[in-house]
Amino acid sequence: MLVVEDLKTYFYTRRGITKAVDGVSFTLEAGETLALVGESGSGKSVTCLSLVRLVPEPAGRIVGGRVLFQGEDLLEKSPAQMRHVRGKQIAMVLQDPMTSLNPALTIGSQVSEVVRLHQGLRGSTLRERVLDALSRLRIPGAETRLRTYQHQLSGGMRQRVSSAIAMSCEPRLLIADEPTTALDVTIQAQYLELLKEVQRSTGVAVILVTHDFGIVAAHADRVAVMYAGRIVEMGSTLQVFDNPGHPYTRALLRCLPDVELTRHELVEIGGQPPDLARLPPGCPFAPRCPERQPICDEAYPPSVPLGSGHAAHCWVAAGAHA
Amino acid sequence: MILQAIGLKKHFPATSSFHVGRARGWIKAVDGVSVQVAEGETLGIVGESGSGKTTLAKLFLLLERATEGTLLFEGKDVRAFTRQDFARYRRSVQAVFQDPYSSLNPRMRVEHIVSEPLPSDNGATRAEVGERVREILELVGLRRDSATLYPHEFSGGQRQRIAIARALVTYPKLIILDEPVSALDVSIRAQILNLLKRLQERLGLAYVMISHDLAAARYLSTRLAVMYAGKVVETGECDAVYTEPLHPYTQALLSAALPLHPSARRQRIILAGEVPNPANPPPGCRFHPRCPRAMPQCESQEPEWREIKPGRFAACHLY
Repeated sequence: MLVVEDLKTYFYTRRGITKAVDGVSFTLEAGETLALVGESGSGKSVTCLSLVRLVPEPAGRIVGGRVLFQGEDLLEKSPAQMRHVRGKQIAMVLQDPMTSLNPALTIGSQVSEVVRLHQGLRGSTLRERVLDALSRLRIPGAETRLRTYQHQLSGGMRQRVSSAIAMSCEPRLLIADEPTTALDVTIQAQYLELLKEVQRSTGVAVILVTHDFGIVAAHADRVAVMYAGRIVEMGSTLQVFDNPGHPYTRALLRCLPDVELTRHELVEIGGQPPDLARLPPGCPFAPRCPERQPICDEAYPPSVPLGSGHAAHCWVAAGAHA
Repeated sequence: MILQAIGLKKHFPATSSFHVGRARGWIKAVDGVSVQVAEGETLGIVGESGSGKTTLAKLFLLLERATEGTLLFEGKDVRAFTRQDFARYRRSVQAVFQDPYSSLNPRMRVEHIVSEPLPSDNGATRAEVGERVREILELVGLRRDSATLYPHEFSGGQRQRIAIARALVTYPKLIILDEPVSALDVSIRAQILNLLKRLQERLGLAYVMISHDLAAARYLSTRLAVMYAGKVVETGECDAVYTEPLHPYTQALLSAALPLHPSARRQRIILAGEVPNPANPPPGCRFHPRCPRAMPQCESQEPEWREIKPGRFAACHLY
């Protein structure tokens, strides 16, 4: 349904070219959940913005690649055509509903705007549709909520409203960019459960951007681990957790405290995430990598297949595989 | 016992913007909290936003005055403090905040930031202070020559190290850690958590760690207090609380924390509803509207704080 090939998005700044997304490729099937995980600055969010062509211009530009959505390349569409895709076929939920909802408009007008524009509904059918969208996200008292403003709602309820807006036109793809980071843990559990339910009933594909491996473990079918603008490892959730192929993935999994385990020693990852404007020529993780080899500083490693649908970009894995 | 809180309360007046000064009601941010911190231990305080964790930290740091209740520092009531007692308290109890981007003054050099908690009349010469700062910087894993740099020259993790150095410069007994790793990148969190642990072992520090990150709290804490709507609902040894939570809220909170493996999907308790409004908390047990095991008496009777098992305290009618 979605095929992304060699996507490149660069930012042109005074300090030089920042390669925020540098050759990202992945595919996504209907009904599937793909998690994009990585630290801040790894290119997760810019990847999502590139898919819907919302990269802030003129500083940022998509300089290469293809985004095939249901067979059509989104990068070749005109801005007017894109407006019909966004909100209707591809919808987004952002991290902070405080900023993604308009504080000056009622909830009702914000939900109905999307439905009116994309489905051309008016009057009572529009109203019915809006109520339907709100109740699908289990927003209690939807009738009265139509006239409220975002500041009258709690954080969890706001995130449900923005998800209701996203799901109102029954999109085929939902991009959820850190949807629960601003929510409390019990509210996060509520929200993720609800998202799963909506996904089961509508068959929408989800790209879930997160830095929380707990969410990935519980909610994703497949995982793409990003580092410095590239996907360094991709596979099914079980493959990646049980048999991580990239030293970065291994290091991340060992450095996180787990609620289940008591006091296993946390293994630190030394150093800092790299500066995207001054990337080293070889593997960007090499300076922090415990398994670094001379070749790692020379060239970016190729994709090494590790099993069906599981691959990692790493010279060490390539050596072991050969 | 370094610090002991007995029935600590903090109520903020809820004023309307038109009638400044006239209270319409009271926001009960902290409403009767009794906890204690002993030498060398880490008390983890976990709870969701609005549960009163941060207000409690402010009470501990004497940044807020308690409405009711007693705070004892080494057995002495803070209300009976003399000037010397206050000076000693400020030296002994330090803090590290969540966001090292806003907690460090961008116009000060690191040397100045780290030495600021030292009293001006400590009798040390400038060279001695400079030496002490450099020693502490080394202790937290920074280079000695970082002292002459400004905060913007450091990454998030390094800034948090500077904040920790500032807390350590007075040789404190207790450090209040308010979400110490929440603002940091995941690959940096382990560095800071390990550093805090090493420092504790080496210097015999006690910590109060306020966190909504249950995994990080478990990693550092020896004892745990779970807060809900201004009250502590359960305390106990950290491992005991995590393996066998007693209060239904603790059970739900811990079940909502996601384990780090896909096959570890366990029984999840999904709570309905939201955290109550602290201006108007529900009568009886504050958790009863969301509690999956609520009984009739929970709606009217406030549960008593009792020792349910040796070392395990909770306020719940189930026991």
